[in-house]
Amino acid sequence: MKKYAMETSVGVFVLAGLLCVAYLTVKLGKLEVVGGDGYQVTAKFKDVTGLKNGAYVEMAGVRIGRVSGIRLDPKDHAALVGLTLDKDVRLTDDAIASIKTSGLIGDKFVKISPGGSDDALAPGGMIVETESSVDLGDLIGKYVFGGVK
Amino acid sequence: MPRPKATMTQTALSLLLSPATAVGRVTLRFVAELGGLFLFTLQGLWRIFVPAPSWPKIVQQVYFIGVKSIFVIALIGLFTGMVLGLQGYYTLVKFGSEGLLGAAVALSIIRELGPVLTAIMITGRAGSSMAAELGIMRISEQIDALSTMDINPMRFLVAPRLAASLICFPLLTAIFDVVGILGGYLSGCVLLGINPGVYFDRIDATVELADVTGGFIKSVVFALLVAAICCYEGYFTHARQGGFGAKGVSLATTSAVVLSCVVILVADYVLTSFLL
Repeated sequence: MKKYAMETSVGVFVLAGLLCVAYLTVKLGKLEVVGGDGYQVTAKFKDVTGLKNGAYVEMAGVRIGRVSGIRLDPKDHAALVGLTLDKDVRLTDDAIASIKTSGLIGDKFVKISPGGSDDALAPGGMIVETESSVDLGDLIGKYVFGGVK
Repeated sequence: MPRPKATMTQTALSLLLSPATAVGRVTLRFVAELGGLFLFTLQGLWRIFVPAPSWPKIVQQVYFIGVKSIFVIALIGLFTGMVLGLQGYYTLVKFGSEGLLGAAVALSIIRELGPVLTAIMITGRAGSSMAAELGIMRISEQIDALSTMDINPMRFLVAPRLAASLICFPLLTAIFDVVGILGGYLSGCVLLGINPGVYFDRIDATVELADVTGGFIKSVVFALLVAAICCYEGYFTHARQGGFGAKGVSLATTSAVVLSCVVILVADYVLTSFLL
């Protein structure tokens, strides 16, 4: 009996530990265990300075997905950003993606503004209308050195 | 009768070189110790699997190292998280960014404090007793008795402890991390009134998989180092200089704990610089 009590407590300990590991990796670390529950689209930006993998995608201030990959398009040296969006969000093919900053010095995120077209953007499609990130340093520089018209 | 000239120069030479001899002796002993520890670790790891693992022994060690440490790990995890919440709040509130408290607490616990404090606590709780137990078995010739009965002492004594440490350290670190984040919630949100939604949302947004895996890599490395050092010190109690019998066991236990703690912190720096 005593032996089983020891084995039971070891089992409880291991399960509790694994539960904590699961919480840390799946919930906090965003490890996708089962394929993920969204679909992919790409957006082409001129400049994505400061945007990070895993940043949020928002529409009207509501989170609808995450940035799932950033790479360079070798043809025209633009940035291709992969967006993983929730299944129930439908975009039109003239949606506008822009890179915004939360607060003055906060993290960058992608904001999607809905378009007016009737045609839906298919999974795997490309958002062509984009606005690049605003560089605060550049803006200040323009004011200081008189680049503003 | 005057000394022959050759012997006199020899004496002078050896007197002149005696500091170098001392340095050389210390260096050789250090390197030999390091090599012995490395071979001991390799042999212990090998003996976990060859011949087949002895699960009852491993379960027993997991019970001793893991289950019995849960309470103390949860306790220091809670208080570490709470004090990080307090300190972080008073620093961040100066910049009006106390919303970042969750990120500060979670990142410092998951990346750094969780693995290190867990390893140091288990060293104190289980590592010391590993060294003392093996040391007493050595001086009372129980290890020799095992060899006489054709039971491999490495497989019977050392391998289960190594295996159990490799299982327990990451699990205890995970428990420490989760309890620590809850501790930060207690002091930050319940006592100081930060919005709990902001706290947990910030954690969710900042912590990445690389942070979590980095913490676990650290805790696995610490497990190997601590178990190997503590078993090694106990196993070779009889080979120590400067103490026999009971004195030897006490010296072995002391140096096992001190060495483990120092090695944990040094390895932590090295690993962090590699993982960043």
